[in-house]
Amino acid sequence: MQDIIVSELTQAFQQMARDIAHYLPRFIVMLIVVLIGWVIAYLLKMFIRSLLRLTKFSKLSENAGATLLLHQAALPSSTELVSRFVFWVAWVGFVLLGVSVLGIAGLQEYISRFFLFLPRLFVALVILFFGFVAASFVSRAALLAAVNANFRSSRMLSAAIRILISIFTLSMVFEVLGVGEETMLIAFATVFGAAMLGLAIAFGVGGKDLAREFLEKRFAAAGKEEKEDELSPL
Amino acid sequence: MAEGTLLTDDFLRQIINVGEVDIVVGLSTHNHAKTIGPLTAAIQAGILKCFPRERVAIINADGGSQDGTPELVAKASIDDTWREAKVYALRTLHSISVRYARAPDPGKALQTILAAADLLRAKACVLISPDSTTFEPDWLQRLIRPVYNDNFDLVCPVYTRQRSEGALVRNVLYPMTRSVYGRRIREPYGSEFAVSGRLATDFLGNGISNEDWCRMGPEMSITIMAVTSKYKVCQSFLGIKPHSTRDAHDMVAVMRRTVGALFSSLDSKFSFWSAISGSEAVASFGTPVQVELEANRVNRKRLLEMFSTGVVQLEGVLRSILSPPMLAELQRIAALDINKFEYPAELWTKTVFEFAASYHNSTINRDHIIQALVPLYRGRSLTFLTENRDGPEQDIQTREESLCADFERLKPYLLEIWADRK
Repeated sequence: MQDIIVSELTQAFQQMARDIAHYLPRFIVMLIVVLIGWVIAYLLKMFIRSLLRLTKFSKLSENAGATLLLHQAALPSSTELVSRFVFWVAWVGFVLLGVSVLGIAGLQEYISRFFLFLPRLFVALVILFFGFVAASFVSRAALLAAVNANFRSSRMLSAAIRILISIFTLSMVFEVLGVGEETMLIAFATVFGAAMLGLAIAFGVGGKDLAREFLEKRFAAAGKEEKEDELSPL
Repeated sequence: MAEGTLLTDDFLRQIINVGEVDIVVGLSTHNHAKTIGPLTAAIQAGILKCFPRERVAIINADGGSQDGTPELVAKASIDDTWREAKVYALRTLHSISVRYARAPDPGKALQTILAAADLLRAKACVLISPDSTTFEPDWLQRLIRPVYNDNFDLVCPVYTRQRSEGALVRNVLYPMTRSVYGRRIREPYGSEFAVSGRLATDFLGNGISNEDWCRMGPEMSITIMAVTSKYKVCQSFLGIKPHSTRDAHDMVAVMRRTVGALFSSLDSKFSFWSAISGSEAVASFGTPVQVELEANRVNRKRLLEMFSTGVVQLEGVLRSILSPPMLAELQRIAALDINKFEYPAELWTKTVFEFAASYHNSTINRDHIIQALVPLYRGRSLTFLTENRDGPEQDIQTREESLCADFERLKPYLLEIWADRK
């Protein structure tokens, strides 16, 4: 009985020693990969930060209104945010690469999925950023054009354009990420359709006097306007 | 020079047929059938009267007229003018029309005319606005003589204006150009002006083909280039500037072409203008034409409404351009009643300078900065109209001079915010 116990314990210890001997080099390799990964990710972060500063990315972000939004959310600057994001993505990638060296069954699939997901995540972020820039630029252009045309609801028009472009951008981002593609598409179509219908009804019913006034001003009283209102600048 | 790609084969053929000339008269047109006939006749009369011995060519650059303007210019016969003036030209007067584009483009039009002048080896090239209903034959002499006889390179016009006319020139272009570039050129953006052959060639080769700001507003840029490249600049008193509402319909386009070009030039010419303080007069020819000043009827309430609405609606945009105290001051005056409304000269000067600095630093899209200035300009125009409604011309000139003095006095403020504005 005692011999059996000793033998089993010995076997168990030997098995454990074998397992440790089997995994220890892999674990060390993993640690080395993670460490090298950290250094590479850090260097990448520094490079991206310098590149973004060189290309005045913060100005672009400021123009797009992203800086103000980040400031309000108590987040770091856009340059810092992007460089940190690159650091973490690169390092997590190396960590997962290191973990894959351990050869744990079942984990490999998730790791490959993560690496396959990375390009999509990158594309989604690029779309999100440029969508944000486009929404800000177009809405501001519309606001300025409307104000200079003496349009009364300039801000509302500008906000509506910003919201529509933002929704469109978000639906594209979700589609790229593969998250609720159909739901987002239906939501976008519904919101867009509702907004258009709402605007049509609002302008048709609520704005009929405004439309009449506009048309009268534009066509009927054009001559009078020219005589009284135009200020020759040059 | 870029005329190889700009000028059509047919146009080049016509220019080759002309050979060499002494003077080129340029007309940039677009649907000007109503005014072009009398204007061409006046130009021809001016040539017969003042330059009968010189070889002259009229070059009409047309931007896609649908009313037969180019045909009217080309058909214009000098015979009628001969009969009336009883003076005979000793040379053939050539008249060439070319359609440079399907839609008007002032830059391309000027480029076409200057390229033709360059090819024709003209000593002087004079540009005449097709809107000039008050053009007189003598204007041609007043513009060309300083270039042709006195070796000047640029002759800018000086007009006699009605009280409410030329608000942009009087409130921005003249004071700003004078303060920044140090030369008292009353009309830096002239509808009529004359250039020497060498300035035309230089502008074509180094200006409009190399610099963005020259393409933005070529008429404004040629003045800036002449001043900054140390060409000989003078001005000539012409006559009454006709009231034209053509530009008033698209104030944003006018702003881009004038203030946009001026702001944009400040970037590349910083080393030149930052060293200048004060201003000096340029040589002037002729005497001012005295007329009884009248005030055009302008809807002042609408101007105030557009200013106030602009300040309120564009608050977010203006916050990116102006300093907080400046914005607060604008918000204060935007709330004033029309009878108490005043956009003071100093506040206006600082506004323009802050816009220029923001434009330099591209705090937001540059075109948006120019567009955002339009409602504020309307506010300043209202004060300009109110101040100039009554009183003698002397008072108007005193106020104009006072505004220019403010622009010169506050130039250090522009230099201070030039690099600081983020």
